[in-house]
Amino acid sequence: MYTQALDTHGKEAPPAALGEAGSLAGRFQARVDADEKIEPKDWMPEAYRQTLIRQISQHAHSEIVGMLPEGNWITRAPSLKRKAVLIAKVQDEGGHGMYLYSAAETLGISREELIAQLLSGAAKYSSIFNYPTLTWADVGAIGWLVDGAAIMNQIPICRCSYGPYARAMVRICKEESFHQRQGFEIMLRLAQGSREQRAMAQDALDRWWWPSIMMFGPSDADSKHTAQSMRWKIKRFSNDELRQKFIDITVPQAHFLGLTLPDNELRWDEAAQHYEIGPIDWEEFHAVLKGNGPCNRERLEARRAAHEAGQWVREAAAAHAAKAAARAHGRDQGDRA
Amino acid sequence: MSDWPLFEVFIRSRSGLEHKHVGSLHAADARMAIEHARDVYTRRQEGVSIWVMRSADIVASDPEEADALFEPARDKVYRHPTFYAIPDEVKNL
Repeated sequence: MYTQALDTHGKEAPPAALGEAGSLAGRFQARVDADEKIEPKDWMPEAYRQTLIRQISQHAHSEIVGMLPEGNWITRAPSLKRKAVLIAKVQDEGGHGMYLYSAAETLGISREELIAQLLSGAAKYSSIFNYPTLTWADVGAIGWLVDGAAIMNQIPICRCSYGPYARAMVRICKEESFHQRQGFEIMLRLAQGSREQRAMAQDALDRWWWPSIMMFGPSDADSKHTAQSMRWKIKRFSNDELRQKFIDITVPQAHFLGLTLPDNELRWDEAAQHYEIGPIDWEEFHAVLKGNGPCNRERLEARRAAHEAGQWVREAAAAHAAKAAARAHGRDQGDRA
Repeated sequence: MSDWPLFEVFIRSRSGLEHKHVGSLHAADARMAIEHARDVYTRRQEGVSIWVMRSADIVASDPEEADALFEPARDKVYRHPTFYAIPDEVKNL
């Protein structure tokens, strides 16, 4: 999981620099145009650096917060197999957060600053994780829909112009595929189960469908950073293009499950060869991003509590390392004497 | 408290292959770095051996000077076998 185009929330890019910096910018853009990767020590425009820090860190935070809704079901998974799978998936999300924080740090921001931004509420993360997981079927719906949407977003980022981000994303995408399949399998088993189980699957789809659609971010008309991000090859497709792709592949999957999508206006457009959906409730999207979703406060409180509870562990490990280093240093001195 | 030191992680994917850089992580010391590397980079048996080293100990060439640094090799195409024209009739060469 779980990048989200949150590109209505950044600072405006500063105007292009002139003179020497201008020619550097020209060379930089030429390298990007030639599909060369930009590496941490290469010259890059400040706005490129800031855009990447914002995007990669939002993505990292999303992985970390994303562990919470699913972690909620680890102790109540319906079988040992499902429990083992869910633990592995949640562990992967933690790992993805680590890859991404490392990639962000290559741009000159520290891990400490990144975590502080998340805990203070200054940084954004994907709106999807501010919804609650009320039943076991939600774990299925998240894997199928939320990871499905994330994969759609993330595959193009494997070709992002910034090397460390692209490489992290290749690793993440490889691991992501099982997440989606295990989710669909959960939905399939429920859809083939008792009347209550089918109702549970339908209820989960009803609640997760629209938030998943919103994961692709604001519509192209309202997405002011898209053009620049495309020029820099941070982004390869617009929010609406990716959203449409997701809808087109997911609707038939829902039909296969025998479930109904919660959209009366959904229809197949024969001429366009696409599914048309009804209007998206952007007010809900912006409310959730602003902190007013069902679980925003709970999620941040959980992260803060985890950070504070881990404080003594971090301090003890650092003290132990310092002591061991001092002892080793003492031995060295002894050897030399 | 500030961050633990940064380590670079290198994994040998199977015996006979070289260790390859896979990424970085923070750890209080080298032993913890190995344990974290196991959890972060080998959850699917990606490796049989791990190296870690402090990122601060890496000395890297300057990308700005790459042209000058690698220039000496640029005009030495005769280091490649395809530089030499050998008649087609000559075999095993």
